[in-house]
Amino acid sequence: MNEDEVPCTPLSPEEVRPDFPQLNRRIGDYPLAYLDNTAATLKPRQVIEAIDHFYATCPANVHRGIHTLSEEATDAYESSRKRIAAFIHAPRESELIFTRNTTEGINLVADCWARRRLKPGDEVLVTVMEHHANLIPWQIVTEATGATLKFARLHPSGQLDLDDWYSKLSERTKFVSMPQVSNVLGVINPVKTLTAAAKAVGATVLVDAAQSVPHMPVDVVDIGCDFLAFSGYKLLGPFGIGGLWGRYELLDAMPPYQTGGSMIHTVTLEKTTFADPPQRFEAGTPSIADAVGFAAAIDYLTNVGMDRLHQREIELSKYMHERLAEIPGLRILGEYFEGKPGIASFDLAYAHAHDVAQFLSDEGVAVRAGHHCAEPLHHEFNSESTSRASLYLYNTEAEIDQLIAGLGTVREIFG
Amino acid sequence: MDLKTLYREVIVDHYKKPRNSTPLDHPDVEAKCKNPSCGDRVTLQLRFANDNLAEIGFIGVGCAISQASTSMMTQAVKGKSREEVRQIMTAFREMVVEGAEQPDAEALGDLVTMQGIAKLPARVKCAMCGWSALEAALDEQSEEVDMDQDTSMPEAKRGGGM
Repeated sequence: MNEDEVPCTPLSPEEVRPDFPQLNRRIGDYPLAYLDNTAATLKPRQVIEAIDHFYATCPANVHRGIHTLSEEATDAYESSRKRIAAFIHAPRESELIFTRNTTEGINLVADCWARRRLKPGDEVLVTVMEHHANLIPWQIVTEATGATLKFARLHPSGQLDLDDWYSKLSERTKFVSMPQVSNVLGVINPVKTLTAAAKAVGATVLVDAAQSVPHMPVDVVDIGCDFLAFSGYKLLGPFGIGGLWGRYELLDAMPPYQTGGSMIHTVTLEKTTFADPPQRFEAGTPSIADAVGFAAAIDYLTNVGMDRLHQREIELSKYMHERLAEIPGLRILGEYFEGKPGIASFDLAYAHAHDVAQFLSDEGVAVRAGHHCAEPLHHEFNSESTSRASLYLYNTEAEIDQLIAGLGTVREIFG
Repeated sequence: MDLKTLYREVIVDHYKKPRNSTPLDHPDVEAKCKNPSCGDRVTLQLRFANDNLAEIGFIGVGCAISQASTSMMTQAVKGKSREEVRQIMTAFREMVVEGAEQPDAEALGDLVTMQGIAKLPARVKCAMCGWSALEAALDEQSEEVDMDQDTSMPEAKRGGGM
């Protein structure tokens, strides 16, 4: 993309598409229409080249290596941390822990914070719309500690039932976890308001930001939460790396997650003192090149501008929802609302989600089919599985048309 | 056979009009199989007369491939001896799971039209759901088969729930 672009001009996909080599692929006789961005995004050449450059120049281990390559690797790693922390407006770069993904970030908090503090009688409050990654760790931790897991229900529209959520919040609530954006419904939860309410009763708050950080500006200070977890591969970055932001005083009060090298202060045969955050939570040699690629993706998004990206995605989402509404027998989970992110999970009255995805793939359209790691949410909508089309900055109206044409084929075969 | 032809000529017909899809009055044996990550479910009932599979019935929900494959299976094995049923089962598994280039056409009969499923790795376990129930029934295994935990399937074609 051209860095001289005036940032307030609307984002056109043509501006970014040349950066994505995967978009040149053809699937059989069809151009690739990649609409599986909620699961993983494509990668621009800038990210691929950053990883390549790291391996070509300084693939040494980080921290305490007194030689040029190690110093360069350390610089690359720590500069990546700094840029990623700044992207979510973290007050301190040492508050950003590199994890493998959002799942690991949530597990880290559940293990190192919640498990040590929860007692019988305490409550953890989540929602029915959780991704399994923000449900199962809390099932396990509450079971292990004797605490109780509570679920805030949803309206039939898919929106969180705020009355129900508030009714389940009390002095017993010690931990609150919620997604900022649902990976199935595309619902945006009012995390700032809910965080303030949760903090008022003394609860600690985690925001699952896997589907928000890639798609909209996110500011951890503005939200006011204690922890926020996200993934690199959902925002143009490589697989195998994610970020967990935590308030420094909380991180500093937490024991290590895993133990070994890199996370220690001093070690004798009998006893060890641990390093300060973030090193305390990054045992062993980290995924350095992936951190470099993660930061390159963040730089790319910063250059595009998250406001522009968000606006463009909302516009294309509207077009996608309008076109999907034309398909007879198609039901989208959750109601459309103005400003809905580019996520549409749908089922068809006459064809199973896996058959739908198979036919769409046959015409070059990549969607995901299943329960998208949100089985309880699908049960809430009396659905076993849905097909999900999800958008990102490089998607076009023509790709939506290709999706609609594919659904026409499905109707022709099954309808 | 391309995907559209496979569906148009074989799968959709069985999906919309599944054969032998009524429960039996007095089954000798019943077995179940599920694909939790897909939501496919098959309950299969068998009644034997001497050594022959005299009656077979199934109830199922799920994708077109899982239900059509089960429907076709019931047609193929009905009236066959236990040994013949096992031969058909082995031939189908070789064709779909192991991707045998030269499937046992004699044993498989019309089932050879399903050969294309071998080229759709994510759908192999859909096609095998009813067959796994059949195998469990022959082995008189009462516990429901879980395709996501079926270790006889290659890891790439198994896939747990997400």
